[in-house]
Amino acid sequence: MPAVQETIDQVRLIDVDQYKYGFETEVEMEKSPKGLSEDVIRFISAKKGEPEWMLQWRLDAYKRWLTMKEPDWARVSYDKIDYNDIYYYAAPKKNPAPKSLDEVDPEILKTYEKLGIPLREQEILAGVEPERRVAVDAVFDSVSVATTFKEELAKAGVIFMPISEAIREYPDLVRQYLGSVVPVTDNFFATLNSAVFTDGSFVYIPPGVRCPMELSTYFRINEKNTGQFERTLIIADKGSYVSYLEGCTAPKRDENQLHAAVVELIALDDAEIKYSTVQNWYPGDAEGRGGIYNFVTKRGDCRGRNSVITWTQVETGSAITWKYPSCILRGDNSRGEFYSIAVSNGMQQVDSGTKMIHLGKNTTSRIISKGIAAGRSENTYRGLVSAHRKATGARNFTNCDSLLIGNQCGAHTVPYIESKNATAVFEHEATTSKISEDQMFYCQQRGLSEEEATALIVNGFVKDVLQQLPMEFAVEAQKLISISLEGSVG
Amino acid sequence: MADVTLMKTPAETALVQAFESAKTALPGNGESRAQAFEQFNARGLPHRRVEEFKYTDLRALLREVAPFAAAPSADEAKAALAGAKALAGVEALQVPFVNGHFMREAVDFHALPENLEIVPLAEALANGHEWLSRLSPVPWANDNPVYQLNTSFMADGVMIRVAGPVETPVHLRFVTAASSAIATATRVLVVVEEGASVTLLETHESTDGANHQPNDVVEMIAGDRTNVQHVRVNAEGDKALALSTLAAKIGGEAVFNSINVTAGAATSRHQVFALLNGENTHLRVNGATMLKGSQHGDSTLVVEHGAPHCESRELFKTVIDNEATGVFQGKIIVPHHAQKTDGRMMSAALLLEEGGSMNNKPELEIFADDVQCAHGATCGQLDEDLLFYLMARGLPKKEAESLLVQAFLGEALEFVENDAAREALVGTVESWLKARS
Repeated sequence: MPAVQETIDQVRLIDVDQYKYGFETEVEMEKSPKGLSEDVIRFISAKKGEPEWMLQWRLDAYKRWLTMKEPDWARVSYDKIDYNDIYYYAAPKKNPAPKSLDEVDPEILKTYEKLGIPLREQEILAGVEPERRVAVDAVFDSVSVATTFKEELAKAGVIFMPISEAIREYPDLVRQYLGSVVPVTDNFFATLNSAVFTDGSFVYIPPGVRCPMELSTYFRINEKNTGQFERTLIIADKGSYVSYLEGCTAPKRDENQLHAAVVELIALDDAEIKYSTVQNWYPGDAEGRGGIYNFVTKRGDCRGRNSVITWTQVETGSAITWKYPSCILRGDNSRGEFYSIAVSNGMQQVDSGTKMIHLGKNTTSRIISKGIAAGRSENTYRGLVSAHRKATGARNFTNCDSLLIGNQCGAHTVPYIESKNATAVFEHEATTSKISEDQMFYCQQRGLSEEEATALIVNGFVKDVLQQLPMEFAVEAQKLISISLEGSVG
Repeated sequence: MADVTLMKTPAETALVQAFESAKTALPGNGESRAQAFEQFNARGLPHRRVEEFKYTDLRALLREVAPFAAAPSADEAKAALAGAKALAGVEALQVPFVNGHFMREAVDFHALPENLEIVPLAEALANGHEWLSRLSPVPWANDNPVYQLNTSFMADGVMIRVAGPVETPVHLRFVTAASSAIATATRVLVVVEEGASVTLLETHESTDGANHQPNDVVEMIAGDRTNVQHVRVNAEGDKALALSTLAAKIGGEAVFNSINVTAGAATSRHQVFALLNGENTHLRVNGATMLKGSQHGDSTLVVEHGAPHCESRELFKTVIDNEATGVFQGKIIVPHHAQKTDGRMMSAALLLEEGGSMNNKPELEIFADDVQCAHGATCGQLDEDLLFYLMARGLPKKEAESLLVQAFLGEALEFVENDAAREALVGTVESWLKARS
């Protein structure tokens, strides 16, 4: 079945030429020398006032990176990146480490205002729904410009701050966990990130604490010729809970900019982490000029028993996406979930999916992935589910559907399912439609056309996936809710 | 990782030597052989970093290259064929091969069924037969290293032309009988002309205890409105490393059914490359694989829907006992113009004991927007509820297991149209299960 008109219209609304966040902010920036060298790494480390061990860690990563080759297995093609033609550090010149919001360059504040990101606590408090508060860490190019609700979170024992600050203030905690999920040597882009990462968020939730509000980081690339290398580390100690959101945008430019992030999540016994992303980097224009290269390593480690990690992602931006948020299900009875909606338009290329690595007993995982390709884009789901010898009773359910709009685009599915344990039960399906005839009959009997009924049922399902995103944070996501997946192909 | 050039393994070096010494003796124009070998040699034996061989690392598995066997004596051939058992009960025209050589004495060329022509390949290669131009009907198969090795070393085989309906099944019987390891490379081309139909049986047997290395390729060109039923049985010896390829180009409004049943070989890899080249064609590719001990069984499948309105169904069942490893890699490709494609691929695996593993990779590559494609993959052990149900009715555990395994594999076998062949395949499953208990 071809896509229904409603879906086509909805996808058109978020087509590449409709990008709303493409404006540029004029701020005087301080940059590192162009290119990558030990000196540049020392420069970044000095700017961040890092301890010696951190610098050494970076330098070791850099040495390792020099021996590595850029991966080419993903189904994406792009011109070779000149890693010496990028600025690895760019920060607003005026007061790069503001103590309060009043010290932040008003231009930057205006930028966030335009993007709809609340940085003033009182404004948020005066909002319509005071119970829906979100603490924001705003990262502008290479530095964090503001982190809200820090004091209130500190009262609950929650540490929420830019990672560069955490390295100075909680070195032991950072040192214990940094690189423990994504090792320095993990892959080309992760190693590059380890060498040059500039900012990102650090979250620690103490044992038994339910984080009193949503935490979020908003990433903005602004400066020309720069790359953004964020590093996020979230630790949920025993019995704690946190929901974390991430958003990202960038100006419209003809050049490609690199975003190579590493996100590490650690869930100890009985802890739960929900990590949601609305990825809306500039996707390039209709001819494929410009756009962000989003080469990201995200991995969660369910280290403790009964721990849970959920990844939810809505992917609409970036010229190229190379991203596989994964879960290592180490603790017995731990659970990993991955919900994804990836819409590609124009000349975008998406190669995304997840890995669920079952190591512990009775671990469960669930993968729901929806890919929608339009224009001349390529949309690939690539996923691994594996059960190791000791993963007795592991269970996985995977469902990945994709939908094409027009015959200039491509949708691909590349699942890997590896089981080394007889008691592990894995089910993978990518079917046209999972709508039950009963539901269809019920709706049609009440006068809905087949198309309306399908849209209704599918929307109900997609909504379920998106429920985990706070709506004020995800305007793009709301639009996607009404996308019908009727006519999807496996 | 930085660019590294892999050292040539002893097996790769041996292959180069084998080719150098064999190339002048092998029949036919050496150019295409040399070209294929060059392509192979440029990359060497595929290893786990080569995506298509991720789960079957030939570089690690092929340690020593066995010598290619000379043609057997008449007595040896007779003895070998007398011991052949696979699909023995199915009435068919026998086209036997011993140690990779076609036994032309066993075929009465003057009494072939109507509409059937058979040409020995070694002779055809030597004389430059006109049908040779029809070899390699699926262009992208040429990139496959296993196929390239076959092209380099193919010593014998047959070319069969089916001009109209052929009632009697044609049985390609491959027997390897040698106490020490030998390698074989056979090529069969079957051209099924427009409107023709044929049932093709293909069995592979070899002696236990020797590391035989067969590499067989069967190629088919099925014209418009043809009906091809293909049944393949791998009953190789317990030490064999068996590589095989089916490459088929199928025309419009055709029916093409192929099943591969694997019960033998230490390591086996069966590759199917199917190209649907005309509209409204129905393709079915099934597999039933039984693995035990430390066997490794790989089923690799690439189906390209090269025309609109085609339907393909792929069903692969794998039963894994002890510490065996099963592999399924399937890929359906739907290009821009293949609208209204209906493709369904399913792989199901049963792990009977702790220690076994299964690797599934069902892939879809879709460029057309009005198609239905689905794939599924499951992996798990026997349903305990079902086992309990049968045991509660007095069946001992092993028997209950056997019954469920038979039903599981039976789903893949039931599409075999030839009754006698289907019965024989069911018998193969039964004896595999009997040997287990």
